[in-house]
Amino acid sequence: MEHNEERARVYFNGRRYNVPSSMTILKAMEYAGYTITKGCGCRHGFCGACATIYRIQGESEIHTCLACQTIVKDGMYVASLPFYPTDKRPYDMEKLKPTEHIMMELYPEIYSCIGCNACTKACTQNLNVMQYIAYAQRGDFEKCAEESFDCVACKCCSAKCPAGISHPMVSLLARRLTGKYIAKESKHLTERVEEINHGKFDELIEQIMQKPIEEMQELYNNRDIEE
Amino acid sequence: MSVMEYTQEMLDSVKKVEATRKSRLSFTPERMTAEEKTEVLNRFHPDHREDEFVILGVGPNKGQKVPKELGHLLQSNSRLLESRIDLSKIDFDTDVLIIGAGGAGASAAIEAHRAGARVIIATKLRIGDANTMMAEGGIQAADKPNDSPIQHYLDAFGGGHFAARPELLRRLVMEAPDAIKWLNELGCLFDKYENGDMVTTHGGGTSRKRMHACKDYSGAEIMRTIRDEVINCQIPVLEYTSAVELIKDDKGQVAGAVLLNMETHDYLIAKAKTVIIATGGAGRLHYQGFPTSNHYGATADGLVLGYRVGVPLLYPETLQYHPTGAIYPSQIRGALVTEKVRSLGAQLVNAEGEAFMNPLETRDVAASAIIRECNERHLGIATPDGVGVWLDSPMIEEIHGEGTIEKRIPGMMKMYMNYGIDMRKVPICVYPTLHYQNGGLEINGEGFTKTIPNLLVAGEAVGGIHGKNRLMGNSLLDVIVFGRNAGKAAAEKAKEVEIGELTIQHVKDYAKELYKADIDTHDVSPVLLPKYARHVRPTDKYLV
Repeated sequence: MEHNEERARVYFNGRRYNVPSSMTILKAMEYAGYTITKGCGCRHGFCGACATIYRIQGESEIHTCLACQTIVKDGMYVASLPFYPTDKRPYDMEKLKPTEHIMMELYPEIYSCIGCNACTKACTQNLNVMQYIAYAQRGDFEKCAEESFDCVACKCCSAKCPAGISHPMVSLLARRLTGKYIAKESKHLTERVEEINHGKFDELIEQIMQKPIEEMQELYNNRDIEE
Repeated sequence: MSVMEYTQEMLDSVKKVEATRKSRLSFTPERMTAEEKTEVLNRFHPDHREDEFVILGVGPNKGQKVPKELGHLLQSNSRLLESRIDLSKIDFDTDVLIIGAGGAGASAAIEAHRAGARVIIATKLRIGDANTMMAEGGIQAADKPNDSPIQHYLDAFGGGHFAARPELLRRLVMEAPDAIKWLNELGCLFDKYENGDMVTTHGGGTSRKRMHACKDYSGAEIMRTIRDEVINCQIPVLEYTSAVELIKDDKGQVAGAVLLNMETHDYLIAKAKTVIIATGGAGRLHYQGFPTSNHYGATADGLVLGYRVGVPLLYPETLQYHPTGAIYPSQIRGALVTEKVRSLGAQLVNAEGEAFMNPLETRDVAASAIIRECNERHLGIATPDGVGVWLDSPMIEEIHGEGTIEKRIPGMMKMYMNYGIDMRKVPICVYPTLHYQNGGLEINGEGFTKTIPNLLVAGEAVGGIHGKNRLMGNSLLDVIVFGRNAGKAAAEKAKEVEIGELTIQHVKDYAKELYKADIDTHDVSPVLLPKYARHVRPTDKYLV
């Protein structure tokens, strides 16, 4: 980084640093000298490890974001949120059924939602969190799954929820119920697994494993490719 | 939201790309012949840059070459050499110890638990902080009527330059459909048609459409599902706890690991009847200075632990550079642009608006051809962060209709939208990024190392499954197939194991070997976390 580029004053846990203004919060923390042991995972916005809250000096609003995806701003007060105490309830997928009362049993607090929409405002993925909780309340797991699909479980929604809802866990359950019980069976998959278990390909795979390299090269270079 | 505008030079080039788009829609460049592929690989693939490798002076691969950065770690000493460790104070005693909590570690844990074993997972970050979480494009399995495991074998074997170990590749392709079924039954939300059939597409180097996906969050959807299952099984997961050395016993078997609490810096002793190394890849070692698509913890720790205890590496000199890493804007430099963008029809286009190659070549060939386009033909696009080529994403909507990008690759769209780039309207700029470690520790068909009893390896830390290059969608598959197998095998083996007296004598022996070979890196390994922190002198004018 060049010294003549634009700088931003940021505060990590209250301590002030002067960093290049093009940096993400995560890189700026490293620039400031921190080796991050908690609160850093994939660094590309897929894992939710770097949940962060910040306030811009002089403004009243508290923002939530992923540190790896957010550019620093001048006057930014930053606190990392590497852990938030959500509550995941254990269950046996084999014994669950996709009925409405499952949510009442496992995550009854979703029915205490007061409709403040703070979860949606807090979402780092711009998901309509309150809406997917509403779907879960109604037992519409498929819609809940669809609406929540991009969730990275950063838990910023839960951190803001006055009802103490663990939103990522609710939507995860909805997705698993949808994947396992609501989406139709893939018959071609079931059939192929049976064929393999009955040894249909055993002889052929042995044969191809034994072939000399030259013959494999010939086969590979001339194989037909599905359009 | 911050808007990163393309430079004028980039915008001028975009106009050329737009001008040729219509004619390119009906024209796809031919695939290269075998000879053309060999030529471009030999001349441009980073694996062929001899000065970037070092010859190992000690250990089971003595005399063989590995990337410089890996060689440095393999030939550094253990951090336990100088510290007093009391192996008689056992903190954890278990049947199966799993090191690493990505796709392979989590799959292994579930299966070992189901087989009745006591299981502990140790991971230096959190469960799921892994390359599995970041795999976007999909997972292969030959489960359609026009396909077969034999065809899958042929594609993977050829794509890996005929170097895969047949006993490992057999397992990969034969157990692939069952892996998908297992995930589906756990509740993974695969893309399906109304009638339940899986939506499957091509990936680079596939001859049948066998790529299954969960939008472009395939790995994330798989990882969060199996992570949830690990928690449901109430398997203990020691997070922020890295393994810094394997422990053996006086019979020469593996017998556990020395763990490090990353926060308190206390050492912990875990005794185990079987140990599975599932530590993943090495992208964060930034071989040859490449950016990487890998997660923060990808520092080859498992290779170091395994090598020091005497397990040979297979193909450690072969790395996969994913052809399409983001090169602009700098905030996402190195981030993966999923191959699915090309599967859906986006072409690779140079600064003049010409499609310079078939978009569905294997990854190594595509990466080499992009490097050639930029470095030799000088037809790359100059960005403030380096030279790249265009990936003409707007073609996707021209081919499959408006809304396709948002529906099929929402993660990509979101990543670029964060920086004000609408990939539905403008092409995106890409360059190869360090993506995957093709090589790794050598195992037999059952998942065990051939040299150390009761030690298993699964996932990216394994060498030989894919040969010298890996096809898209075969690594998500490999973590599930080999993870599950390792879990089952480790649980079964644990029933008969009797552990003797614990020792880390091998650490001292290795140090002696280094001394005799006159090698001193002045460093310790495994590295655990990348050294990204910039440490400045107090007088630095920018530190206030």
